Amino acid sequence: MADSDPEPTCELDDGGGTLRVRLNGRWTASHAGAVERQMGDLVRDAEAGRVILDLSRVSRLDTLGAWVLDRTRHELGEKGLSADFTGARDEHRILLDEVAYRGFQTSPPARRGTIVDFFAEIGQTVVNVGRDFAQGTSFFGEVVTALARVLLNPSRFRAAAVTHQLEQIAYRGTPIIALISFLVGAIVAQQGIFQLQKFGAIAFVVDLIGILVLRELGVLLTSIMVAGRSGSAFTAEIGSMKMREEIDALRVMGLDPVEVLIVPRIVALLIGLPLLTFISNVSALLGGAVVTLTYGGISLDIFLVRLQQAIALSTFMIGMIKAPFMALIIGLIASLEGMAVQGSAESLGRQVTSSVVKSIFMVIVVDGVFAMFFAAIRY
Amino acid sequence: MAARSSDPTAPNFRETIIRVRDLEVGFGPKTVMKGLDLDVYRGEILGFVGPSGSGKSVLTRTILGLVPKQAGTIEVFGENLDDLPPEEHRRLERRWGVLFQHGALFSALTVKQNVQVPMREYLDLSDRLLDELAMLKIEMVGLKPDAADKMPSDLSGGMIKRAALARALALDPEIVFLDEPTSGLDPIGAGDFDELIATLQKTLGLTVFMVTHDLDSLHSVCDRVAALGDGKVIAAGPIETMLASDHPWLRSYFHGKRARAVMG
Ligand SMILES: Nc1ncnc2c1ncn2[C@@H]1O[C@H](COP(=O)(O)OP(=O)(O)OP(=O)(O)O)[C@@H](O)[C@H]1O
Ligand SMILES: [Mg+2]
Repeated sequence: MADSDPEPTCELDDGGGTLRVRLNGRWTASHAGAVERQMGDLVRDAEAGRVILDLSRVSRLDTLGAWVLDRTRHELGEKGLSADFTGARDEHRILLDEVAYRGFQTSPPARRGTIVDFFAEIGQTVVNVGRDFAQGTSFFGEVVTALARVLLNPSRFRAAAVTHQLEQIAYRGTPIIALISFLVGAIVAQQGIFQLQKFGAIAFVVDLIGILVLRELGVLLTSIMVAGRSGSAFTAEIGSMKMREEIDALRVMGLDPVEVLIVPRIVALLIGLPLLTFISNVSALLGGAVVTLTYGGISLDIFLVRLQQAIALSTFMIGMIKAPFMALIIGLIASLEGMAVQGSAESLGRQVTSSVVKSIFMVIVVDGVFAMFFAAIRY
Repeated sequence: MAARSSDPTAPNFRETIIRVRDLEVGFGPKTVMKGLDLDVYRGEILGFVGPSGSGKSVLTRTILGLVPKQAGTIEVFGENLDDLPPEEHRRLERRWGVLFQHGALFSALTVKQNVQVPMREYLDLSDRLLDELAMLKIEMVGLKPDAADKMPSDLSGGMIKRAALARALALDPEIVFLDEPTSGLDPIGAGDFDELIATLQKTLGLTVFMVTHDLDSLHSVCDRVAALGDGKVIAAGPIETMLASDHPWLRSYFHGKRARAVMG
């Protein structure tokens, strides 16, 4: 129906120093372009001392139309002309009074030189990294005190919450972690066979897989998967609770959010991640065994015998000992990022991303530190 | 195409802008409303009351097409919503504005950007006009200009309501649906809000569908009141009709202690 409506038009009638402007049609938002153009032309071209805007034939006026008309009157006034409305119907008159043109001071977007911005951003990032570190340390302290409180007073231990989290982290995470580890074990074995063949040292592929998987790959793969699966979930859960003031609700009930929300998750991670690492180790070795059988013709018996010679309990322990550290890193970063969520959905998304990126980065860095440490003590 | 009402209580037999017939809505096995009839006339302010949890919000959301209905028809602007092709439906959505019970502002945008979302989508405005018009709406609903650049998470409950109203009014709609617009406002602010609604109704010929628990609003601005109970409209008419009704819930609502305090 809006299509059949008359466009807004105005007829100018110049007589004796007075310009009569007769407005017709609909002065509404759907004709915003025409409304603004005609009034702009009027302000530009008007020269007479007095302008009368005759609204008696306006069929419809909305806030946009009224705003532009009143703005026009105002701008004509600034040009030194006197402008008035006439013939406005009651409802149009009320609307014109309601919108009453006034300038809005719009804050201009502060733009500086791009080079300055560039360095400012670098500086900001450095400051943020420092702040992250300080916050992380203080948060770690909070978590440790909460953990200690729970240990000293076991009745505060939330077994149900830990069990629930353990189910989410370990039980539901098992299939995907086992599958990925199996595939990576198989791929490493296959490449090992191809390269070692050149030296006629195929049998050593078992050593390669055994040591690589148990010392590094198992725990790394598991940590990365857990950071992606569970770390992101922690951040999202805690973050959306923060967003909707649920964390504040806990606080005013005298409950410590760290103790209620974060300790159970970190405890579950501390238990779950080593378990998953073990599963990952086993299935990566299995993947390796399948490939050495099919590509290298090494039977399972021989595989196991060589494996026994190649690895010691310490090889296994080196991998396993890292698992709780990885769990702590993932848990702390995920919770900290969750607590940093502000009010908006966008900020939630940003913190989840940053939680996953930071955990994976830190997991790899810490793994490197461990490798250097074990090399230094010749373990 | 304008549907004429045959309801003798209709004010001057005005055009029915929303006509709901025999509506049934439920969630799973739970029926929220059944056999509900409702008329809203063009240019009126309809106050919609009912106990908490009786389905006022659900009815609003059903008319807006956000909740599926099990049976019945809903006509808005004389057109049956079920028969409309999607693009017609979109065109129609342009003609109504909605204030949700909890504001539903976009949390990633400032108040001003929130108000500009429908303007950018539907209108072809110059940047200057876009800015001015958004500021105008923000001031019209009684927010200070410095609220324009705030994020929704930095607003108080009452400010969220006002900002959401500014967004609902962005396109000068013909109908606005207000779900408890004055709850969470201080009494003076609520009074201003009512006055604003009344002014807009007078100037823009707005039709207002207002869910409210605010007895002051019902008395001061509503042309008609409809009450929801047991999944039906139990009474509809000017406030005098409601006061005269002998339905137990209406009696305790309009003649209870709080009602007497309001009416003096
Ligand atoms: N998505 C949903 N799924 C299931 N039940 C729902 C859903 N939305 C609403 N309900 C139920 O429908 C009923 C009506 O809810 P509604 O929100 O419409 O109440 P209301 O009248 O608006 O109450 P209030 O005055 O408190 O806002 C309630 O019993 C509610 O539990
Ligand atoms: Mg409701």
